[in-house]
Amino acid sequence: MTLPKVVRGRAWKFGDNIDTDQIIPAKYAIYSLDEKELGKHAMEGVPDRDTWASQVTQGDIMVGGSNFGCGSSREIAPVAIRGAGISLVIADSFARIFFRNAINMGYPIMQSPQAAEAVEDGDELEVDLEHGIIRNFTKGDEYRCEAFPQFMNELLRMGGLVPWVRKQLEERRRMAASRG
Amino acid sequence: MGMTMTEKILARGAGRESVRPGDLVLAKVDFAMGHDLTIPPAGKIMREQMGAEKIWDPDRVAVTQDHFQPAKDAASATLGRLTREFSHQMGVKWYFEVGQGGICHTVLPENGLVLPGELVVGADSHSCTYGALNNFATGIGSTDLACVFALGELWFRVPESLKFVYHNRLKEWVEAKDLILYVIGQIGVDGARSKAMEHTGEALRHIDMEARLTMTNMAIEAGAKNGIMEFDQVTKQYLDGRAKRPYTPVTSDADAEYEKVFEFDVEKVELGVARPMSPDNYAPLSEVAGTRLDQVFIGSCTNSRITDLRRAAAVLDGRKVAPGVRLIITPSSHQVAIQAEREGLIGTFLAAGAAWTTATCGACLGGHMGVLGEGEVCLSTTNRNFPGRMGHPKALVYLSNPAVAAASAVTGVISHPSEVLEKMPAGLA
Repeated sequence: MTLPKVVRGRAWKFGDNIDTDQIIPAKYAIYSLDEKELGKHAMEGVPDRDTWASQVTQGDIMVGGSNFGCGSSREIAPVAIRGAGISLVIADSFARIFFRNAINMGYPIMQSPQAAEAVEDGDELEVDLEHGIIRNFTKGDEYRCEAFPQFMNELLRMGGLVPWVRKQLEERRRMAASRG
Repeated sequence: MGMTMTEKILARGAGRESVRPGDLVLAKVDFAMGHDLTIPPAGKIMREQMGAEKIWDPDRVAVTQDHFQPAKDAASATLGRLTREFSHQMGVKWYFEVGQGGICHTVLPENGLVLPGELVVGADSHSCTYGALNNFATGIGSTDLACVFALGELWFRVPESLKFVYHNRLKEWVEAKDLILYVIGQIGVDGARSKAMEHTGEALRHIDMEARLTMTNMAIEAGAKNGIMEFDQVTKQYLDGRAKRPYTPVTSDADAEYEKVFEFDVEKVELGVARPMSPDNYAPLSEVAGTRLDQVFIGSCTNSRITDLRRAAAVLDGRKVAPGVRLIITPSSHQVAIQAEREGLIGTFLAAGAAWTTATCGACLGGHMGVLGEGEVCLSTTNRNFPGRMGHPKALVYLSNPAVAAASAVTGVISHPSEVLEKMPAGLA
């Protein structure tokens, strides 16, 4: 799984402090190992957005406010959003565990207060992940994203924490073999 | 330049002389925890995707069956089984079966498994609870936990530290829960986002370990990475005869750097609640008194340890739950339940007309045994009241301390405990 260079899609706008129980109500944690099923229920806990998942087209983009993904540590939050077909989440800021989980999964997220403020529901966006630029075709605007530390970019580029751990384990095995 | 407790623990874990806020480090983990919702994905990722065959150190891992256990439905039974099988196959030393453990964040401290100076991670957001015991403890995801299981290490961004200094003493009736709700009300649910909350000041000397755990438990509700407290006599007494490993306490240097210092005169803090639908929606109790209730829930890793149940029992003793209200009491661990039985608290609860359940997370996360329906109003001693947390997105949840919850169950509306009990007995206040 490698990161796409450019993503294009419709924006789905959400507010501040969208917490993990709204992203995926805890009752669906029974589907922890089933991304598609989780996706069907994504954002169901946001009041009056309970049919949202059925309206998403594969590749659409989510735009949240500040402290996006606060609350629980459940990794099923970003998994459910991905399962619903969202290709990328942009927010004013992310809660730390949601942030970690997305990066660890190799799932692209971007921090852009500019975009979070300006983008409206339904806008057509194009996101250049390599250069951290968001273009809004509906409004004719362009927004910048905040840069992540290099290690996080590396993780995202290699597909998350899984390939990184595999590499570490291989290294350790090689070291053990050469000692043995 | 000096370091904070949090920085010292991360520096030691990373094998470095010093670290600064913003540094990314790879640090060794001293203890790791997972439960029935986070172990199944972590186990799968570790074995099938990362290709690891065993846990780095099974003696330093705890697993609890607490979120949807005893299994609330067939799918939860599968998660329970996967959690059980993984723990047994990996030789996890601190595996807590249904009926023998309870909620992770009560079970780990009461068994002396998370200790001063240590770097602790848990695949649950309230893992920050353990920081009251002078360690760095933070919540992580399942892929994170799989990484820790495989390598015994994990990446961390060293957080900026915020210092909270508490002066004076809490007033009668006012508990640590009221204080932390007040603090979160002041700084907001993202007021400490990704940062360390260091709690200090003379007020803490009069706050016992269980109440301290309530305060660090809610660090995540301000968005914090961890909550941490100094080591003192209260910490030492709690750990004597309990700690499973030798430990080395850690202190912040006098010249450590804080991004911001907050000072509070805790004597001015009133009994309070978090109103729907956010933990930072603080209001003094007087502003919401009289609010009609459908359900009162005393439970969770925040406020259902033995001291919490004693205060609830003092309020409920010889009284009845109001008609039209249901009171559900869920102890946070099996040990707490055993102690409550010894002290006769369970009899008091049952006589009052409360439902007494087994130790589980239960209603707190809308799992089972007290899920709320549309439009229902609940007063809860838990930690989080975002929309849908305890059931229907249009249910309304207020957060309070256990004495307020018990008193409100008796009157049927949000009430000051002094309305039903003249004075909290000495030793419980």
